[in-house]
Amino acid sequence: MSGSSVVPGVAARFVGQRLPRKEDRRLLTGRGSYVDDITLPGMLEVAFHRSQVARARIRNIDLDAARTIPGVRGIFTADDLDGAGMRLYCLYGVPDARLPDFHLLAKGRVVCVGDPIVMVVADNRYIAEDAAALVMVDYDVEEPVVTMEQAAAAAPIHPELDSNLGGQVGMPDDPEIAEIFTKAAHVVEGTVRHQRQAMSPMEPRGVIAARQGLGEMLIYLSCQSPHMAARFFQDGCTRPDIKFRVIAKDVGGAFGLKVQPWREEVATVAAALLLGRPVKWIEDRLENLTAACQAREWDIKVRLAFDDDARLLAADVDYQVNLGAWPMTADPGILTMMMMPGPYRLPKLAFRGRAWYSNTAGMAPYRGPWLSETVGREALMDKAARQIGICPVELRRRNIVTREEQPHTLPTGLTISHVTPRETLDQVVGKIDLAAFRAEQAAARLEGRYLGLGVAVYIEPTTMSTSFLSSDVAQIRIEPNGRVSAVLSTHSQGHGTETTMAQVIADELGVAIEQVDIYEDDSSRGGFGPGAGGSRQAVAGGGAAIGASRLLAAKVKRLAAHLLNANPEDIRIEGGMVHVAGVAEVSTPLQRIAETAYFDPDRLPSDAELGLAAEYRYRPPPPFVFSNAAHACVCEVDIETGVVKILRWVASEDCGVMINPAVVEGQIAGGVVQGIGGVLLEQISYDAQGNPTAATFKDYLLPTAHDVPEIEFCHIVSPSNSEGGFKGVGEGGAIIAPPTLINAVADALAPFGVDCLHLPLTPAKLSRWIDEARAGR
Amino acid sequence: MSEHHIEVDVNGAPIRAVVEARRTLADFLRQNVGCTGVHVGCEHGVCGACTVIVDGKAIRGCLMFAVQADGAAVTTLEGLAGPDGALHPAQQAMLEAHGLQCGFCTPGVVLTMAALIADGPVSEADLHEAVSGHLCRCTGYQGILRAARKLAQASGEAAA
Repeated sequence: MSGSSVVPGVAARFVGQRLPRKEDRRLLTGRGSYVDDITLPGMLEVAFHRSQVARARIRNIDLDAARTIPGVRGIFTADDLDGAGMRLYCLYGVPDARLPDFHLLAKGRVVCVGDPIVMVVADNRYIAEDAAALVMVDYDVEEPVVTMEQAAAAAPIHPELDSNLGGQVGMPDDPEIAEIFTKAAHVVEGTVRHQRQAMSPMEPRGVIAARQGLGEMLIYLSCQSPHMAARFFQDGCTRPDIKFRVIAKDVGGAFGLKVQPWREEVATVAAALLLGRPVKWIEDRLENLTAACQAREWDIKVRLAFDDDARLLAADVDYQVNLGAWPMTADPGILTMMMMPGPYRLPKLAFRGRAWYSNTAGMAPYRGPWLSETVGREALMDKAARQIGICPVELRRRNIVTREEQPHTLPTGLTISHVTPRETLDQVVGKIDLAAFRAEQAAARLEGRYLGLGVAVYIEPTTMSTSFLSSDVAQIRIEPNGRVSAVLSTHSQGHGTETTMAQVIADELGVAIEQVDIYEDDSSRGGFGPGAGGSRQAVAGGGAAIGASRLLAAKVKRLAAHLLNANPEDIRIEGGMVHVAGVAEVSTPLQRIAETAYFDPDRLPSDAELGLAAEYRYRPPPPFVFSNAAHACVCEVDIETGVVKILRWVASEDCGVMINPAVVEGQIAGGVVQGIGGVLLEQISYDAQGNPTAATFKDYLLPTAHDVPEIEFCHIVSPSNSEGGFKGVGEGGAIIAPPTLINAVADALAPFGVDCLHLPLTPAKLSRWIDEARAGR
Repeated sequence: MSEHHIEVDVNGAPIRAVVEARRTLADFLRQNVGCTGVHVGCEHGVCGACTVIVDGKAIRGCLMFAVQADGAAVTTLEGLAGPDGALHPAQQAMLEAHGLQCGFCTPGVVLTMAALIADGPVSEADLHEAVSGHLCRCTGYQGILRAARKLAQASGEAAA
C-alpha cells in the first residue's frame, strides 16, 4: 500500500501510480477552503424554524417575539420568499413522476418534521437561532403517513396529488413467466428490507449568496458540481437580470446529498436578493440528520426460478421505496429494474416498482441509489444456494456471463460489455481458500462459534452519458511560464480529481505532475459538466482531459517543429522538454516554446493562433461504461449477543485502467464501510407520529475505526472502450458491501435457518432471530 | 449576554478577545482567530472534527467554551507543521498513507494522533483506540489506520 514516489521532472507514466494527492498538503495543514470558512463583509446568517410535527395545517405563525431580538435583519415565511423570484424543482426528473408543488418554505401546511416554516436572518447564527426559537406556530395536527403500507392506503399527503403514488415502473407483462415459475425445479423467494439511511457527509450542507453589483449572484456552495448548481439556480430564477456564478472549493463529502441545491440553499439565495446583503446558511448536524434528504428505505421482493441444474430461468421482482415528502427524485426504481439481472444469464424478468410519498424527510440519490438490485439479487442467490444445496460460489459460476458471451443483452434491453464478473469472482475466492474456510467453519461450529462467508458479484452502470450527463469538458493551457493550467468540469468532494486528472494530463503532455494545476471550482470558467455523480469523473473527465491534452500536444509539436526546423512527427515532449528525434542538441524547455507562442508572434507559423490552449468535450460511450466487482467477507456472529465481527474482507474490482490505485482503493474502502454501516449500524427511523428518533451521532451510528476490517484489495484490469480505458468506481463499494455482509451473516447463522434479510442486522435483532429459531426447534 | 475578556495562546501567538459566555472554543478559534482548520461537524462532541490540543490534551472544541480556555495554550492544525513548513509526523503519515479524502475530519484525526505521540511512545493499538473517537465518512478508516501503524512504528523506533 505504500505510496510510490516519482522524481519530479523525470519522465514517467503517472497513470497507474499510487501518487500522493496534490490536495493533501493543503488539507493537512488547515488551509482547505470549505464554504463555512468564507466570511464576507456585511454577511448575515440564517437559522430556520422547522416543523415540530409530521403533518398539519398551519393555523397561524406568530413572529412578534422573534422580531424583538436585536440583530435580526429579516424574518421570512413562504409568502415573503415568493416575491424573490427563486423557485425550487426536481432536477432529476423521472418520466411520468407525479411531483408536488415545491415551495422554499412550508406554505399553509407542513408535511414532515423538519419542514422549514420560517427563515430568520440575523447578524450571526447565535442570534438567528435565538430568534428562530421564539417563532410560535399554531398547528392543526393531522394523522401522519409514515410507512409505505400507510402511504398506499392513506389520502395523499400532498393535496394537489390524487394519491401518494409518486411514480411507478415495470416490465411489460410476459405470460410465460408465470408458467416458468410453475414448472421450475426450484423457486426461491424473499424480501430484502433496507432501512433508511442518512448520507452523513462530515461537512453538512452550506451556502453563501452574495450579490455582486447588479447582475451577478455569487454563490459559495457545498455541492457536487458548481456548473450543475449554477444551472439549477439559473433555471429556477425568474429574474433575467440575475446571473449565477457558483464557487465550490473544498467540499467535505457529499455522497449524493449535495447533487443539487435544495430548499434551504435556494431560500438563502432568495433572502440575499430580498435583503441586498450576503447571506450564509450552514446546516447543523441536527438539521442534517432530521431535515436533510435521506436515502434507501426500500423493500425488494425477489422470486427466482431455477432449472434442475441450478440455472436461472426467471426473476419476479416487486420493489417499493419511501420517497418521503420532498424527494429530490421520485424514482420508482428505473435503474434497479434495468440492472436487476446483474452479471447473470437471466432469460426472463418480471418487475414492478412503486414510489410512495409519506410524511418523512425526502429521498435523495445516495451512492449507488439503485443498489437494491444487487442487494436483492445477491442475497437471494445465497438463499437459493442454501435451499438448493449447492455452494453459493458454484451457483454463481454456473450462471455468470463470461467474457466470451459479451456483448450480452439483458432482458431489460441493456447491453453489457467489457466486464469480468467471472474473473473477479475467481480472484476473491482464490484469496479466501474456500475449502480451508469450510473446514475451519465446521470445526468452529463444534466449539459453538459461528463463522460465515459471504460472496457477492455485480455489474455497475457507470458514467451515464445521456441528457445532462452526456459529456464533460477540459480546457487546458500551457501558460507563458510553462506551467499547465487545466480547467475541468469535474469536481471533488474527496474524489482526488486534482491529483488523478493531473496524472492523466501530465502523461499526455509529457510534463511533471507538479507542473499541472487543476481548476474545477468555479462555474464561471470552463464549461458545463455534471460533476460528481454516477461514478463518472475518471471516465468522462479523464476522457476530456486526454482529448484536450492531445490537441494541445499537437499544437506544441507543430510550433516546435516550425521553431526547430523539424518535422512535427519527430517532436517528442518528455519531462517538460521538447526533443527532436535524432538531434539531442536542439532539446528545448517547453517553457521556451510557450513563451514564444504568447510573446513572439512574429516567429509563429503565419497561420498559427497565438498562445497554447485547447478545449475538448468528451462524450463517453453511451449509455454506460460498465465496471464490475466481486467481494468476499468472513465474519463471526456471537449467537448470545448477536454481535457481528468482520474477520476478513476481500475486494476484487475491475474499473479498467486505474489512474491512481490508491485513489481507487480509497473509493472502494469508503463505499464498503458505508455499506457495512448500512447493514450493521445505521438507522434513521420514525415513531408512529412521524418523529425522527435518530437526531445525533449518538443515535445514528456511523461505523468507527473499531467496526472495520482491514480490506484486502485485488484488481482485474480490463480496459473499457472509453478514452483511456477507464471505468467508474465511486459507488461500487457501497453497492456490493451490503449483500456481501448479509450473505456472510446468513452463512454463519445457516444452522439456525435465519435469512438476515431485514436490515440493519443489529445485535438485538440477530439475537432475537437466533433465540426464536432455537425455541422453534 | 455576558461578555468576558480572555487571553489564549493560539499556535504560539497571544490572542486577547472579548467573548460571550456561550461562545464555543471552536467558534472562537474559527471566527475570532481565523483558524478555519478547526472543523465543526456535529456540535455534540461525537464526530471529533473540531478536536484541538489544549494544554497538551486533545479536546473537542465544540464541547468547551472559549472562556474556559482563558490562560490556556491551544494548538490547531494550522500550528502543527514546523516554521519551515515541514510536516509534523502525524501529517506526514496521513499524507503518505492516503489517510484522507474530503479532508473535513482530518484536522481532528491529526491532532488526536499528534497529542498522543507527544506523550511518548505509543502502540498501534493505542492509536487505533484514539482515532476510533473520530468519524470519517470517506476513507473507511483504511488510510487512517495505515497512518496510525506508520506512526506507531516510528514511535517504537524513536523509543528504542
